[in-house]
Amino acid sequence: MGRTINIQPLSRIEGHASIEIKLDDAGNVADAITHFTSMRGFEKFVEGKPAEEVTRIVTRICGICPWHHHMSSVKAVDACFGAEVAPTGSLLRECMQNMAHIHDKILHFYFLAAPDFVLGPDADYSVRNVIGIANAAPDLARQVIRMRQKGQMMMEKFAGKVIHPIAGVPGGFSKPMDEGQRKEMIADTEELLEFAKFSMKHAKEEIFPKYLDLVTTLGTITTGFIGTVDEHGSLNFYDGKLRLMKPDGSFDDFATEEYLDHIAERTMDISYGKFPYAKAWNEGFSMDLDAPKGIYRANCLARINCCDQISTPLAQKELEEFRSKFGRPAQHTLLYHWARLIELVYACEKTLELLNNPAITGKETRYTVAPKAGRGVAHVEAPRGTLIHDYTTDENGCIKTANLIVGTTHNLAPISMSVKQAAKMLIKDGHVDETILNKIEMSVRAYDP
Amino acid sequence: MAVNVANEGLNSCAGCEIAILNLGETLLDLLPRINFVHIPVLMDHKHFGQLGDKKHLDIPKATVGLLSGGIKNEEHLEVALEMRKKCDILIALGTCATHGGIPALLNSFTNEEMFDQYYSTESTDPGAKVPTKGVPPLLDRCYALDEHIKVDIYLPGCPPHPDLIGAAILALLDGETPELPFKSVCDTCPTKRLGKGAVTDIKRAVESPQFDPEKPIDDMRCLLEQGYLCMGPVTRAGCAGANGEAPRCIVARVPCRGCYGPVKQKGNQLLDMLNALASNGIDLSKLPDRDSLLRFSGAHNRLVVKQGKNIRR
Repeated sequence: MGRTINIQPLSRIEGHASIEIKLDDAGNVADAITHFTSMRGFEKFVEGKPAEEVTRIVTRICGICPWHHHMSSVKAVDACFGAEVAPTGSLLRECMQNMAHIHDKILHFYFLAAPDFVLGPDADYSVRNVIGIANAAPDLARQVIRMRQKGQMMMEKFAGKVIHPIAGVPGGFSKPMDEGQRKEMIADTEELLEFAKFSMKHAKEEIFPKYLDLVTTLGTITTGFIGTVDEHGSLNFYDGKLRLMKPDGSFDDFATEEYLDHIAERTMDISYGKFPYAKAWNEGFSMDLDAPKGIYRANCLARINCCDQISTPLAQKELEEFRSKFGRPAQHTLLYHWARLIELVYACEKTLELLNNPAITGKETRYTVAPKAGRGVAHVEAPRGTLIHDYTTDENGCIKTANLIVGTTHNLAPISMSVKQAAKMLIKDGHVDETILNKIEMSVRAYDP
Repeated sequence: MAVNVANEGLNSCAGCEIAILNLGETLLDLLPRINFVHIPVLMDHKHFGQLGDKKHLDIPKATVGLLSGGIKNEEHLEVALEMRKKCDILIALGTCATHGGIPALLNSFTNEEMFDQYYSTESTDPGAKVPTKGVPPLLDRCYALDEHIKVDIYLPGCPPHPDLIGAAILALLDGETPELPFKSVCDTCPTKRLGKGAVTDIKRAVESPQFDPEKPIDDMRCLLEQGYLCMGPVTRAGCAGANGEAPRCIVARVPCRGCYGPVKQKGNQLLDMLNALASNGIDLSKLPDRDSLLRFSGAHNRLVVKQGKNIRR
């Protein structure tokens, strides 16, 4: 056995992971293993806590997408308590949940992923980052930093706290939106939509064409996909049925409550994180690159593949162009970036649609709920994928058991496979350099884990 | 000359790092004075060399170290020790770093109890075993940074308000020591206090407090006086930022849950809150769960497991 290369920590990602590449005597890749090393125990320590408090605890699973945990959790607690949700509260939740996608996509595309494309995968690590972009393209950088901050601050101003939110409550939303706030948020979101349109155009003209070779090869694997669609098959981030698509594009739709019939999680000795797979396909689980079994992917590319259409006009136009170029389902891993920008456009359009609904400024945003025993399974689409919270409560309305399958978890097997594919493609005869190792990480970064 | 800055996140969620980015253009304007030498969330400097072939973990020397997250596994500990070794001034960034934060809620349970639950959920294939290869072994509990390394500056908050982070960085750049005042959230809260009322019960957060949404926050009566478990009296101020706004949770019309940790670094949010409630004549038996009062400050042996039973000190 030859040498081992440790890429640690994986960088410009949110979570904690490392890659171990084992070379054989000839210097070719014998194996490439991705270790997911975070283990914090949320499902255990929420036990015994009042369920309405858990909606304010699980946010800490992710400081980048806390709104999505907050929303999925609030919906699950509604279900445990059999609570009716005030219609205005529901609109406010959906509005915030879509808004929270906006800053997230700007963050990922420009701060985390773009350095590889703007400065190049072979740029020195000391400049291949958002600060390097700030020096190379100061006007663009200032605009990006302003837009991302705007996406966050408009939420903070209205909903109190943007990182680790608190305004979602069982039965609705903690406070109403007044007309002044609504108008201000519309103006801000319109500005963000213009920026989203610019980003889409900029990427299609200046970025993707330059890297077409990489986009169509790096980390590419063939898998199924999971996403959420409404009753018409349109993309939805907040609510709807789950759609599990096979690699051939055929799919099954099911209600969240039935997730256990469709998905199971495999454990492996190399990772704290579990590896979900499509149990319903009855083919087991295998990450074999040539004959994967049960593997599906989540996050933007998956949602873009799963939906029949998008209900907002500009994003729908982008979807049509994307499909005409790459088909359905599109499999190339780096297309996640393209799909992410389509979703950025959608998130802005959808937020505006919700803000323009006059019912959103209704005064009654929250119904009183009564803690009780029950079971609640709910999900939303977090930026990183389908986010399932499943709680059982006791007679005091405290958590008895919790099961969470979070966005990136769905992608742990695909990420591991993309890493192996990239390593095998790029490392030959013992030749390894920083650019090669960074390109392997690019295959991870596409998933925005 | 720019000041070298290093950042790492340990048993954490990246929220503190996003709070740094939420400085927005202020951060951009600070950039000429800051030289990030290690910040995995934004930059690809690696622990074991850029080619992954070094034996020992290495973080470059820095004047200022921003370290978020508590210490829960051997890798966290190794990184924390290296950060301490390489940084002249070490800032514990966020409540996980200063007091354990939410992940220290696990200190009420053993690792075995956690693994038993996590690897036997309904969606998990039967026969799952605890992983052993390439994953850092867990420590017995989740520690705040100062239980293992010396901390120079405490900057609590979940996450710390960008104003606080900005002020701290600016102070350090100007050669000063930033200081967060030892005030309570109540000291920065504009709600109306009329003195203790007839409330003897604790209300759970399943109904709305009374307030007129058309009127400003200072028209709303104190949530504790309305009977809600608001942790404001025993929680360090800071979430309101530097521009005279109300505490963040109060802006959302929900009670404070204590995310900046105790008012004094070594305070005990549980004991202090029980005292505050008792002195207001509130029946403590109505509290559904006491561990929750330490949900942000369960390190430092506050939340512990004893013979399979949860006890608190």
